[in-house]
Amino acid sequence: MSDKVTNIVLVGVGGQGILLAAEILSETFMLAGFDVKKSEIHGMSQRGGSVVSHVRYGKEVFSPMVPEGDGDILFGFELMESYRHLSLLKPGGTVVVNDLCIAPPSVLIGQEQYPADMALKIQDLFPDCLLVDGQNLAIQAGNARAANTVLLGAVSKRLDIEEKYWVEAIEKMVPKKALEVNLKAFQMGRGLK
Amino acid sequence: MKEILSGNEAIARGAYEAGVKVACAYPGTPSTEILENTVRYKEIDSSWATNEKVALEVGIGASFVGARSLVTMKHVGVNVAADPLFTLSYTGVNGGLVLVCADDPELHSSQDEQDSRNYAKFVKIPMLEPSDSQECLDFTRLAYEISEKYDTPVMLRTTTRISHSKSVVTFGERIGAVKEPKLERNPAKFVMLPGNARGRHYVVEDRTLQLSKDGVSLPINRVEMRGTKMGVITAGISYQHVREALPEASVLKLGMVHPLPFDLIREFASKVDKLYVVEELDPFIEDQVKAIGIPVIGKEIIPICGELTPGRVRKAFGLPENASSTVEKLPGRPPNMCPGCPHRGVFYTLKQLNAYVSGDIGCYTLGFMPPLSAMDTCVCMGASIGMATGAAKVLPPEERKKVVAVIGDSTFLHTGINGLMDMVYNKGAATVIILDNRITAMTGRQENPGSGHTLMNDPTNEVNFELLCKAIGVKNVRTINPLDLDECRTAIAEEMERPETSVIITDKPCVLIKREGVFKPGAPLQVVDDACAGCRACLKIGCPAIEWIPSSGKKGKAHIDPLLCNGCDVCSQLCKFSAIKEAK
Ligand code: SF4
Ligand code: SF4
Repeated sequence: MSDKVTNIVLVGVGGQGILLAAEILSETFMLAGFDVKKSEIHGMSQRGGSVVSHVRYGKEVFSPMVPEGDGDILFGFELMESYRHLSLLKPGGTVVVNDLCIAPPSVLIGQEQYPADMALKIQDLFPDCLLVDGQNLAIQAGNARAANTVLLGAVSKRLDIEEKYWVEAIEKMVPKKALEVNLKAFQMGRGLK
Repeated sequence: MKEILSGNEAIARGAYEAGVKVACAYPGTPSTEILENTVRYKEIDSSWATNEKVALEVGIGASFVGARSLVTMKHVGVNVAADPLFTLSYTGVNGGLVLVCADDPELHSSQDEQDSRNYAKFVKIPMLEPSDSQECLDFTRLAYEISEKYDTPVMLRTTTRISHSKSVVTFGERIGAVKEPKLERNPAKFVMLPGNARGRHYVVEDRTLQLSKDGVSLPINRVEMRGTKMGVITAGISYQHVREALPEASVLKLGMVHPLPFDLIREFASKVDKLYVVEELDPFIEDQVKAIGIPVIGKEIIPICGELTPGRVRKAFGLPENASSTVEKLPGRPPNMCPGCPHRGVFYTLKQLNAYVSGDIGCYTLGFMPPLSAMDTCVCMGASIGMATGAAKVLPPEERKKVVAVIGDSTFLHTGINGLMDMVYNKGAATVIILDNRITAMTGRQENPGSGHTLMNDPTNEVNFELLCKAIGVKNVRTINPLDLDECRTAIAEEMERPETSVIITDKPCVLIKREGVFKPGAPLQVVDDACAGCRACLKIGCPAIEWIPSSGKKGKAHIDPLLCNGCDVCSQLCKFSAIKEAK
């Protein structure tokens, strides 16, 4: 096992299931035998605020926060929030982002505009960016709410962790009645190149 | 067994393993989840108190008859509990008592950045500070041993990044034989009349000296030598950032931050060429190290405001910063009241009536945000009513009428009720609105004496706010439906006119209550496109379910997201064109 720590930043909007995705990531890494630390700010998370979660794994992890500019993967649930947090990523880092815009309050009330071309701007800075149509794939898997698991599948493909650990973690963290759909959604995400 | 736990979960586990019998708290971010986890262990009686002072008093009572007890709160809560805390330092304990205090550097969800380490010094009791979840568990267990061995309450301090971050933890067993609680009378120790307390003060001072000496060999205060060029004294989460940013530095990691083990600090200082202290917020360790005559570099380079991060530590030490991409300025994304939140109509009305709103701490503090923008002050839990009294005392009559205090159900029971008693007793003339949404919403929907359920989920007595207000002498009490804008406007306008105290109680629940049947969503509404005149009236309440589509129609049109709408019907009352209707 190398000494290198892998840094993942999850970003999006409160209510999108970011915290659960971060839990599944952490669980997977622990099952695969790594030291894991995870950090996030909640409290406002249910009320539509911006949510950021940091997950780090490796042989030994110290700080629970991804050092600025050291992120290996940005795992984004919404376009504008993903763009906002790009500075956490190291040059040449990987972006996996949901192709979705959620308007913040100032845009909802017509005071500001949702910035144009967010996906293009992300791709400009990080050419190794995968844009995932999470919503549609989730509907194909059987439930629109499983978009976060589709994304998780896409992220899993970019990490060197055996598939069985992912499945085990999902089985542990996802409620029974939603499990089948989520496993399917995960595989669809994993299938994306 | 190994699991990934948050600091809060690990503290709950540690309390369980330490044989704790009673756990009591008032919810406060980031401390709240500790009690939400002790409740999983049936051996622990867990409960929400009405405020932090009461929580500590419950813990003290249990300790005095021999049980180990846990009391938790956030940093500002310690101010509320400070009165019994100071005297508890003098009495000491019987069963071990641990007070967990969760600080919030960077103010992720607080009104100030208080550094509670100062309390440990001020109150003269030991304080432990863990650096990850495993230490949260281990230090909690150790804290009970220290508490009983040194006859003192112990503070365990966490910060947001410890409370809410997760790391791998190995469990232990619950210890077998903790003593059985029984009545033991010891008035010389437990009755702090001046005559008794005078003697106890000497005990307290001796205890602190002893702890400082013993701290030298306490394993949680440890030296990690990695060369002699540079030494860093640090504790808590800062330790992790130091290890991350300065892997070559020798470190004195303090697990007990008060009292400091001065001999150990002297020894460490003598072994390194240059000595630093890396700590968040106040120069707490730094000042004391300087006071014993050891030169050290601290706040000259480490920021005093906000939390540390690995990057901020690197920057402080002049290390090259990582390259990072810059991005253009974006619209912010602040939190917002939920779709269907019962507070929205009240704040809309207050704004319409040009009220001077004396606010308080809770979800309704979001009434400050545009477009509602209807909150003028907010200082601390329970302060809104007292502040309204003060303002009304000095304003001329026309201005005085505009003063309205708003307060939530839980906050009212926390300390707001004292303010109301004072207002009535001293003939204050302001309007008070109790926003009773049946739950402590902001911290994550905790039960309180107004909701009729305990933390352990037993049905219990439910405070009747109307009768309570009458009992303390408020003559004008009325209950209104906050989702009916006409009713809100009439009631609030009438009570604002009244030259004496009046209370308005709103009676619609929070949309996020977990218990079934409390919140019943209405059918989602929709905007009938042809009828929408693009007047933007419905946007004034800032409901997240309503979006402005500028490109639609002549002037743009409103659109309601059927997945988000909870059918509260407030927006339709604003539409003069009857364009908002139940979706078919
Ligand atoms: S949690 Fe409840 S009280 Fe808070 S904003 Fe949402 S509905 Fe309103
Ligand atoms: S009825 Fe109107 S105000 Fe109420 S939740 Fe639905 S869109 Fe929002």
